[in-house]
Amino acid sequence: MTYQIHSSERIHHSANRAEFITCLTEILPAQSVLTEIEELKPYECDGLPAYTQVPWVVVLPETTEQIQSIMKLCHQQGVPVVARGAGTGLSGGALPLSNGVLLSLVRLNRILKLDIANRTACLQPGVRNVTISQAVEQYGLFYAPDPSSQIACTIGGNVAENSGGVHCLKYGLTVHNLLKITLVTADGALLSLGGEGLDGPGYDLLALLTGSEGMLGIAVEITVKLTPIPEAVNLLLAVFGDIEQAGEAVAGIIAAGIIPAGLEMMDNATIRAAENFVKVGYPVDAAAILLCELDGARVTVNAETHRVEQLLVEYGASEIRLAVDSGEQQKMWAGRKAAFPAIGQISPDYYCMDGTIPRKQLGAVLKHISELSVQSGLAVANVFHAGDGNLHPLILYDANVPGELEKAEQLGFDILVYCVKAGGTITGEHGVGVEKINAMCVQFSAAELEQFHRVKAAFDPAGILNPGKAIPTLNRCAEFGAMHVHADVRHSHLDRF
Amino acid sequence: MTDLSSQFQQQIREAVENENPVNLVGGNSKSFYGREARGDSMHVAGNKGIIDYEPTELVVTVRNGTALHELESVLAEQGQMLGFEPPCYQNSATVGGAIAAGLSGSRRPFSGAVRDYVLGCKLINGYADILSFGGTAMKNVAGYDLSRLMVGSMGSLGLILETSLRVVPMHEMESTWCQEVKSDQVIGVMSAMLQKPLPISGLYYDGARLFYRLYGTADAIAQSANTLGGEEYASHDQLWSDLNHQKSDFFQDKTPLWRISVAPATEQLPLSGQCVLDWGGALRWLKTDEPAEQVFQTVADVGGHATLFREGKRDEIIFQPLPPDLMQIQQRLKQAFDPMSVFNLGRMYPEF
Ligand SMILES: Cc1cc2nc3c(=O)[nH]c(=O)nc-3n(C[C@H](O)[C@H](O)[C@H](O)COP(=O)(O)OP(=O)(O)OC[C@H]3O[C@@H](n4cnc5c(N)ncnc54)[C@H](O)[C@@H]3O)c2cc1C
Repeated sequence: MTYQIHSSERIHHSANRAEFITCLTEILPAQSVLTEIEELKPYECDGLPAYTQVPWVVVLPETTEQIQSIMKLCHQQGVPVVARGAGTGLSGGALPLSNGVLLSLVRLNRILKLDIANRTACLQPGVRNVTISQAVEQYGLFYAPDPSSQIACTIGGNVAENSGGVHCLKYGLTVHNLLKITLVTADGALLSLGGEGLDGPGYDLLALLTGSEGMLGIAVEITVKLTPIPEAVNLLLAVFGDIEQAGEAVAGIIAAGIIPAGLEMMDNATIRAAENFVKVGYPVDAAAILLCELDGARVTVNAETHRVEQLLVEYGASEIRLAVDSGEQQKMWAGRKAAFPAIGQISPDYYCMDGTIPRKQLGAVLKHISELSVQSGLAVANVFHAGDGNLHPLILYDANVPGELEKAEQLGFDILVYCVKAGGTITGEHGVGVEKINAMCVQFSAAELEQFHRVKAAFDPAGILNPGKAIPTLNRCAEFGAMHVHADVRHSHLDRF
Repeated sequence: MTDLSSQFQQQIREAVENENPVNLVGGNSKSFYGREARGDSMHVAGNKGIIDYEPTELVVTVRNGTALHELESVLAEQGQMLGFEPPCYQNSATVGGAIAAGLSGSRRPFSGAVRDYVLGCKLINGYADILSFGGTAMKNVAGYDLSRLMVGSMGSLGLILETSLRVVPMHEMESTWCQEVKSDQVIGVMSAMLQKPLPISGLYYDGARLFYRLYGTADAIAQSANTLGGEEYASHDQLWSDLNHQKSDFFQDKTPLWRISVAPATEQLPLSGQCVLDWGGALRWLKTDEPAEQVFQTVADVGGHATLFREGKRDEIIFQPLPPDLMQIQQRLKQAFDPMSVFNLGRMYPEF
């Protein structure tokens, strides 16, 4: 479905396409500027195929200088720009604009420097997540954030979305593993954020940039922290006949003072789909399984494993499997990591949600999701980063059946509203993009949204970076009806957005 | 438990309307830190109390005026702690002040900085609006991360009313080991240690002795200590507490004290004076009479940044001078939060 950008979010310009393309070819070799419909089509969506938009033009720069020149040109002509990494984003963050440049960063894919003494790696933005750990394994190090999409997604995209992975319970999200970013700003200047040490001078712009969905600048060099590979890893798979019990077991493990490296949960629908897809011997009759990974010093891991096994039994696990060698562990993880494509096999389309909730609400929220699912007539399969309360309900639908996409969107929206009500948030790691932009009107007040817009304007006064994403205009919210926007006369002499 | 947010909002509203800057004061424990702010003191420590704490959620939500040591003892009763080991130079130190100052203790390289533990903030900006960002969830990417931006902003972006912090379980056991290392070898020794997956939670060099704190089960600690060598150090808690709260002899001095943040394996800097290394070398405390420009330049040359932490001239430059582009964006951000310039003017940089 072609996405309609909200009229209040569209950036208008009067640049002539042919002339603009000529200017681009002065910056880039002709083959790095894509202009024909068949070349543009592959970029019409990211990992959220429900929304599409063929871009005005696509550019494939190879150097920072080229990116700076492109940004200067766009800034001068008022042409909006959407950055794109691998396009695996699940919220439409890299959805192109009909009148804007799509800036692909995949050709900037070099590891610029490995500094083993300081345990850091300096990367171009198009470096794929998994290649970092591959490159430093020989030094006994790894890059901790490991999104399930890690074989494809780029470090630039990870920064822009503050991506997490199954190991972020212990090792943190992207934001916890970054040291420095070199940024090309909306007007083509270079800024260096963070530093070589563990903090930088002035305001923490590094944290601000992380998760900013390509709206504050283009990350062109990223220095990440590397972590020593733990001495020992144990992986437990616990089988539950009742999903709420599995939820309680999660809280129980945390309450016992144990922080597993990963703590993941899958419900019956996901277990079946995953087993059907990867055949790793998951118990297909289970209501839920928990995957609990423990790592660290061998003696500590063994002691913790013993403790977790006891807890799992106390909380009602009917079976516990332990994988100690890495081959077995990979097999056990494979089903979890392939959960999304596995669902893709059993349903023509699926819509992945990303709400987070306080852990203690897991049971209540699951129950509510299944009620909503029955009401809407669409099935929902659930996988969670259970340890940090991050849910991924996957709504199964068929886009070819008229009205089903709208139904799926409505169900997704209702789930998110419930997450906010339960004390959580609309997105844990996939970002707002275009997908959850209306839900932002539910989560934030007008004054909060205005503060976001002012921060954006501090970086990008003309608003040319990724317009229409992540932060809704007050007009949109007013129309959407979720917020009562009233004229605020108190500081009418100050700019309002 | 006192909620003074509406009173504060009224005060800020008046300050904005009268264009009358305020100097936010929490526990006054870090009044020596940063530049002297212009404006009338506004005391904010009265807004205090733990709003919500659920140990199984690993989150605590507190008002800004809550004393750090009170919060820490409440957490300790549940076997939990603040993972960033905040320095509190005096007992009066508040949580709001710790967030605004953004200083982290010796655990920083191993378990993270203040900003890594901030999940959400409620604040009053320079429009006198009360705003909430983030929340209590471990993961949250809805909107820009404005709660982390408050960390280290020295009160210049607004008044922090509440914050939600992730907390962590205390380690089962910790003990500290010590060995003599020559100062020209210590960087290499620490770097080698940090490349191994060892259960270290503190790594500090006092100029002659290298101290490392180990955690885990008794067996795990014994094994690691065996690998690393050295003697067990008896006054374990005292050592780290004196370092963090700057109570050890090194800090009792009238020479200007610099806080220097660099890549940990950076060789000894060509600056005279006495230096101790925390954070495995990434944080260096230097007592020197070298001119400030000299220190700033030397540290900038290795990609780090320096702060004149104590005993400096507080009407001069205290924080590392920023390149013009970076200064400009910081000024614009200040504008975005505080257009009438009411909050802590000049505390960080003379420009804002
Ligand atoms: C099967 C599957 C599994 C997934 N699993 C996870 C998971 O476990 N955890 C998780 O967090 N996410 C997951 N994702 C989502 C997605 O992979 C991440 O959001 C990822 O970080 C996106 O990276 P990308 O390179 O594909 O970015 P894109 O999708 O190309 O872009 C994402 C956003 O980043 C911006 N952007 C890209 N590069 C830059 C740059 N250099 N500078 C500034 N802005 C930039 C874009 O404008 C866009 O807004 C999954 C996706 C799929 C399809």
